Amino acid sequence: MSAADACAVLLWVGVTLYALFGGADFGAGFWDLTAGGAERGERPRALIDRAIAPVWEANHVWLIFCLVVLWTAFPPAYASILSTLFIPLTLAALGIVLRGAGFAFRKVSVGLGTRRAYGAIFAVSSVLTPFFLGAALGGIASGRVPEGNAAGDAVTSWANPSGIMVGALAVAACAYVACVYLIGDAHRAGDAELEGYFRRRALAAGLVTGALALAGILVLREDASYVYGRLIREALPFVLVSAVCGIAVLALVARGRPRGTRLLGAGAVAAVIWAWGVAQWPYMLPETLTVEQAAGDGGTLTWVLVVFGIAVVLVVPSLVLLLRLDQGGRLEEES
Amino acid sequence: MNSLTMLAGDAPAALTPARMQMGLTLGVHIILVPLGVVFPLMMLLANYLGLRRNDADYMRLAERWSKVAAVTFAVGAVTGTVLSFEMGLLWPGLFARFGDVIGIAFALEGIFFFLEAIFISIYLFGWRRLSPWAHFWSGVPIPLVGLLGALMVVSANSWMNQPGGFSIDSAGNVTDVDVWSAIFNDAVAYEFPHMYVAAFICAGFLVASVYAVGMLRGRHDRHHRLGFLLPFTLAAIAVPIQLFIGDFAARSVFQDQPIKFAAMELNTTTGPDKPEILLGHLDEDHEVSGGFAIPGLASILSDPSTGTSTVVTGLESVPPDERPSRGAVNTVHLAWDIMVGMGTALAGLSLWFAVVWWRRRHRLAEMRWFLRAAVIAPIAAYMALESGWIVTEVGRQPWVVYEILKTQDAVTDAAPGLVWASLTAVIVLYTALAVGTVLVIRGMTRRWRGPGLDDAAIPYGPREGPAQRPDTPDPGGAP
Repeated sequence: MSAADACAVLLWVGVTLYALFGGADFGAGFWDLTAGGAERGERPRALIDRAIAPVWEANHVWLIFCLVVLWTAFPPAYASILSTLFIPLTLAALGIVLRGAGFAFRKVSVGLGTRRAYGAIFAVSSVLTPFFLGAALGGIASGRVPEGNAAGDAVTSWANPSGIMVGALAVAACAYVACVYLIGDAHRAGDAELEGYFRRRALAAGLVTGALALAGILVLREDASYVYGRLIREALPFVLVSAVCGIAVLALVARGRPRGTRLLGAGAVAAVIWAWGVAQWPYMLPETLTVEQAAGDGGTLTWVLVVFGIAVVLVVPSLVLLLRLDQGGRLEEES
Repeated sequence: MNSLTMLAGDAPAALTPARMQMGLTLGVHIILVPLGVVFPLMMLLANYLGLRRNDADYMRLAERWSKVAAVTFAVGAVTGTVLSFEMGLLWPGLFARFGDVIGIAFALEGIFFFLEAIFISIYLFGWRRLSPWAHFWSGVPIPLVGLLGALMVVSANSWMNQPGGFSIDSAGNVTDVDVWSAIFNDAVAYEFPHMYVAAFICAGFLVASVYAVGMLRGRHDRHHRLGFLLPFTLAAIAVPIQLFIGDFAARSVFQDQPIKFAAMELNTTTGPDKPEILLGHLDEDHEVSGGFAIPGLASILSDPSTGTSTVVTGLESVPPDERPSRGAVNTVHLAWDIMVGMGTALAGLSLWFAVVWWRRRHRLAEMRWFLRAAVIAPIAAYMALESGWIVTEVGRQPWVVYEILKTQDAVTDAAPGLVWASLTAVIVLYTALAVGTVLVIRGMTRRWRGPGLDDAAIPYGPREGPAQRPDTPDPGGAP
């Protein structure tokens, strides 16, 4: 494995972690949005708030991680992607500002009107941001982002069947993962009613996500031949793992057994991301720029890996501490 | 590609909105940086004093500051994210070529930022849930990683001023990257301390001013006095240190970037015995117009050992396309004057504070003119900070990487209309963000003064206001 390959794997690890942690925070925003009026939605919103407040900023850093690895290890890929996908990525960046600010402001505001306004901003941008990020990925996967400064079409590079499909899938997958996590949170909080509430929604979200994933494969067959070709061959094991995990989660949730659903739900989403990675291998930008061609200076690539090693040593124990304190209820809001 | 416009020698049409958007988003982010870097330190100082002396006033300050720090950290996190998108959205020409040279600095910054986010969360949500000293120690990494993170970001900026750690081969490709020489480039030794100490001045005066307002309105309790004294003392100590660092930085720019220095000093021609020009501008004939000239002072300050015989390089020593435009020169010179002027005014305020402290004749609450000055001090501090960055960034033009890559060759080839649209969206969004941040923090401080109302724990909880009808379909009101 070359240093460039290793950096590409690192990038995919970052994308996976962002999808599993940051994605769940976006998904929680989806459930916040659909929780109903102020009184009806009060309890689910309180659970969502408690679950993501201590962790969303840390989870958000995985996106920065992906961007930094991309521009350090694969500079031309970063420049090509960001300049061609100017529209969806500008909208995603603005959505990230609105999501973070809306959530942080709601947390420290009182007064129903103010909280509703900030909450609406948080929730709506939580749905739009993953859509545009997904649309950008769909554009890349379908080979519509060539190498160069804004070399692809500003609109059709992402507003196409693959982009729309992956954008919708991203929204659904975020909602699905979040819901599976929230079942566990409700369970630990000893709130059986809320557990049932999120269980019903997890089943629905799981079915929708599965259906979108299947439809997505059909769209890719028409729209992204290179990625499709490898998806049904080299990447097939990942596709199958995702399907098996997804079905297992549905079965467990339907029987009301939350144990293990978190891990399986995360596995279903992670497997899709790795299926995509394998499917577009060895390309960074399918059929125009390979991982090797996009790679920056060799010395820098080595340092990217070293810095990542330092990060693992420093960040992982701290992050585990945070997540354990959070999950153990030691950082929960006073009631 | 806009090769046609490039051949005609014009700047690409997207350059203006791209520079405006970058300037706006950086200018907003920089407001939050001092709070991110220094607020945690003040909060921990108060926490430490509170625990050590069993002092409830200090503990209350620490807790409230941590809640405000959480809001400003969140806003800083999202505005910082926008910047990491903009590097590619607006400047693909810079990152396609040099991403692997300066990227490691950002990667390290990413790690430090990650740690900062983690420990801020633990500290913030750990109040009364962790044991007091464990809670204090959970916050100790925050100012440390804040310092290192700021070092990495400023290092990336100073690399643009003094690029190093790579070679360019005959084909124009970047080779032989040495990331450590890039990080510890020639400008980081003066840019970083200048910014780090500026953070103390801005954050210290800003927090102190809130309590100065309270004291002027008749709130003379110990809470207000401590809340004023702790941050104000930090800032007042930082100001004289900053005068020395600033002088060192200016003389380094004189040596490293003579054209930027010429713009700062409004100096058109190379020669000795150059005057220091206060205010004034270059007129349409590129002659200095207006202002007050102090004979010989620019030469003396540039190198005191050679005095007035120090030769100072002028703008006209390089071709027009390798120096800032007339408008840029005037901007840089005005910004330079503002920075130095505000710095001098703040030095006066710090001296006043030292005298007050030394004589101990009056109670702080009685010194209304001093408190009034303290109220407006953060305005001066932030004007100096923003002006300083304008000097650095506009003074580097037309280069984005000094003497290697021009800004106009780095800008996106996206349609100029798109960039203008994105600039408009950013202006609207950032205005809303600024209003929201101020309203939210003001709401928090009002609640703290109110009768026992603490932060609401449940979103949309009905107990804070009249409940909505249960069948209201829209969850959060119209967006």
